[in-house]
Amino acid sequence: MKFGVVQFPGSNCDQDAYYAVRDVLKQPVEYIWHQSTDVSGFDCIILPGGFSYGDYLRTGAVAKFSPVMNAVQEFAANGGKLIGICNGFQILCESGLLPGALIANNGLRFICKYVNVRVENNTSAFSHKCSKGQALSMPIAHHGGNYYADADTIKELEDNNRVLLRYCDERGNVNDSSNPNGSINNIAGIINAKGNIAGMMPHPERAMEACLGGTDGKLILQSIVERLH
Amino acid sequence: MPITNTEPIDPKVYREMGLSDEEYKSVTEALGRHPTYTEVGMYAVMWSEHCGYKYSRPILRYFSKYKEAIDGAGLENAGIIDIGGGLGVVFKIESHNHPSAVEPFQGAATGIGGILRDIFTMGARPIACLNSLRFGSLDDARTRYLFEHVVGGIAFYGNCVGVPTVGGEVYFEDCYAGNPLLNAMAIGVLKHDDIAYAKAEGVGNPVMIVGSRTGRDGIHGATFASVELTEESENRKSNVQMGDPFCEKLLIEATLEALKTGFITGIQDMGAAGITCSTCETSAKAGTGMTIDVRKVPVRETGMSAYEIMLSESQERMLAIVKKGRETEVANVFKKWGLQAVVVGKVTDDGLVHVYDNGELVAQVPAKSLADDAPTYYLKTSEPAYLKDVQNYDLSSIPEPTDYNEALIKLMTCSSIASKEWVYEQYDHMVQTNTIILPGSDAAVLRIRETTKAIAVTTDCNGRYCYLDPFNGAQIAVAEAARNLACSGARPIGVTDCLNFGNPEKPEAFWQFEQCVKGMAEACDFFGAPVVSGNVSFYNETPEMSIYPTPTVGMLGLIENAEKRCTSNFKNTGDVIALISSTCEPDSLAGSEYLNTIHGLAVGKPPALDMDREKRVHEVVIRAIENGLLSSAHDCADGGMAVTLAESCILGKIGADVSMSDCCSNAAALFAETQSRIVVSLPDDGLGALKAIADELMVNCTELGKVGGSKLSVIINDVEVISLDVDELEAGWRTSIGDKMKESGI
Repeated sequence: MKFGVVQFPGSNCDQDAYYAVRDVLKQPVEYIWHQSTDVSGFDCIILPGGFSYGDYLRTGAVAKFSPVMNAVQEFAANGGKLIGICNGFQILCESGLLPGALIANNGLRFICKYVNVRVENNTSAFSHKCSKGQALSMPIAHHGGNYYADADTIKELEDNNRVLLRYCDERGNVNDSSNPNGSINNIAGIINAKGNIAGMMPHPERAMEACLGGTDGKLILQSIVERLH
Repeated sequence: MPITNTEPIDPKVYREMGLSDEEYKSVTEALGRHPTYTEVGMYAVMWSEHCGYKYSRPILRYFSKYKEAIDGAGLENAGIIDIGGGLGVVFKIESHNHPSAVEPFQGAATGIGGILRDIFTMGARPIACLNSLRFGSLDDARTRYLFEHVVGGIAFYGNCVGVPTVGGEVYFEDCYAGNPLLNAMAIGVLKHDDIAYAKAEGVGNPVMIVGSRTGRDGIHGATFASVELTEESENRKSNVQMGDPFCEKLLIEATLEALKTGFITGIQDMGAAGITCSTCETSAKAGTGMTIDVRKVPVRETGMSAYEIMLSESQERMLAIVKKGRETEVANVFKKWGLQAVVVGKVTDDGLVHVYDNGELVAQVPAKSLADDAPTYYLKTSEPAYLKDVQNYDLSSIPEPTDYNEALIKLMTCSSIASKEWVYEQYDHMVQTNTIILPGSDAAVLRIRETTKAIAVTTDCNGRYCYLDPFNGAQIAVAEAARNLACSGARPIGVTDCLNFGNPEKPEAFWQFEQCVKGMAEACDFFGAPVVSGNVSFYNETPEMSIYPTPTVGMLGLIENAEKRCTSNFKNTGDVIALISSTCEPDSLAGSEYLNTIHGLAVGKPPALDMDREKRVHEVVIRAIENGLLSSAHDCADGGMAVTLAESCILGKIGADVSMSDCCSNAAALFAETQSRIVVSLPDDGLGALKAIADELMVNCTELGKVGGSKLSVIINDVEVISLDVDELEAGWRTSIGDKMKESGI
């Protein structure tokens, strides 16, 4: 089993994801260069955080035209596990692999801090090690993490249990004061209909070791490892 | 053909560029003729204070490492500190004050970009940034605008390049209203074997420009840094550079990868004075010369003159000297990252920098003359008249507050003490996943991967103290930085300084500068933290006022075992609170934030500092942390004992019961900023061991009370003077700055 971490120009959480898989999960992992057109041999691909292509135009808007994305699309179409974190989530939405969009935070400022997110769906490949309703503590670090989609899309996500994570307080209460960026229904992470693609704004790769402030991120990444085994 | 028969330059022209008549004469002597227009521009910028240190150089000799380097092998790599295991840490702080005053967003952003290039040009991967900021009062709309956009600019640039901004400081005082300070610091780690040098070695080796294209931005930025700010400064926005952090991120990765090829023999970043500075400095260092043709430089605008290309301070560019025949390999690395790498010239052996414009010679200058022979001035100093008045101010007339709770709340919500969360939450302080003590504690701590070590970093300077007593104030800045490191468990290993002062040509300002440097140099040597790099920023004045002398200390400390570290928040109900201190002299409110905030006074002689005792206090705390005795350690600084206790409570979300007997006034017991004090908490059963360490080092260890409950209670001589819910303390402290900024708009 092997993880791949895509490196776009401007990715800056690629190394963090790489270390999280290699040093904490103790799983094989390799970088995938953005100009690569072949992603065979990987079981899970991570689109990491950062500012791919400078996030010119819109976050993730240029990355979707990257050569590697055709191969990634095909990989996902064949059922490969694909997770986009932060900028990776933005790229997934821009590419149409996940619905909706991530617009500027409602405060119009970058936010970096630990937040709590409630696990809404604990049966997915990305969350089955969590309990339903569990509040996970993970950092966010973004300027454009305000999840937006039209009413029909939101309804479809909600009705089909495709909301993975929702911003909440430490007790798991979901309300406006626990919503850091204005996301509709406090949505912090979603999955596709098939359940093999996940996108989330919080950074599980930053919450893998107690010394970094938390280990809840392990539940997410470890879920993938166990599902793949 | 050499340049001959040049006409004299109109004095109006060279004076406008910043050269004096005397300096112009020196230029003609160095050249043996009159300079060309391009040459005079090159001299003006290289001989500005910003690049040439013509005023500060004699004073900087107080710094022992600087003196050693200047008298010996030169300043090259003076900034590398060995941390064992074949690893070195490089760090530097630099000002971007004037750009931030006129164009805060880009001014701040490019400040970050510039300091990062200083780090990776040495072959080090940048692992952290800090910044030390000074503004006027947030009640002022212009200040809110500056603050919003300086912080925004730092976030814009720092977040994108993927280097965490882990700490720093922000102070608000009226004297910075017209001339805010932005001091940006960066830290990098390298293997000693990978050090890159800024030398143009190997005659015949090609010279490449890599990274961004050259535009008209930032022309004469260094000269702009070397004059006072005036009304006209607003029109000097073209002196401010534009930053592209995405390009910088690519440049970091490409440069570090290209250096690994082994084909780069020398490399220098382009900051102040752009191509002029990098060509003449790398040549001067290697004792070589260089020819370049400006028409080979990739430009982003049409019709740029040789003068403009040589003087542009466009960002995200580097000059690389490459092994002959290896240009393609090096260029390919940059191409892989989407960057240009273009040969613009070659290294020569004649000690001259030849600049051609499409084959025509436009400048022919001795590299050493430009780089090293800036005139040195010994400026007059004079003790300012205000000092005696402020130091001798009669503090006995200051009334005791009627309500100590109210006074504490007022202090907790003043902008300089209130939580800086509004600032640091806009910075990605976690990327690279090495930040093991996050912002908000006394120092940020970063682990060093693949070792057991960690480094602790902080910036400190109390400008008010330096205004009231420059020598002592600068020493306190060093002591406080070391104290902050001690509270995290680190021993200091080095300092970088950013010396922000007024107009050096005014004897009073230069006296402040000399006193601060003397004090700082002595303190740095004493604490075993030599100044290894730094920056001087003069002319921080407007027609209305000068800033407080502000010698910012960026200090780095080492923690051998990263597990043995400590934070400032109280943690466990029942823990004992103790004060580790060196003195029982009566406390004085002189120079305190209390006098400043409650009474609007910046007066008195700042607290005395006994460095020997201070160092022993640090050692007690470090040893206690190493022995795993402490739950928390927090430095007692701005706002005094009461603020220290309140912060430990707020950050720990827990109360404390404290009882003191004191011989001074209650206000002084609560709010005096007596030096060499650290408040610790620890489980009861460790108290004996802590006291034993304190006894051994002849330091006082006084029990103050217990952690617990939801309220901070302070009893002095059997009377409860502070009784506040932690929630109430927290509310104002946490939201004070954010609330003021709600009115700012973006």
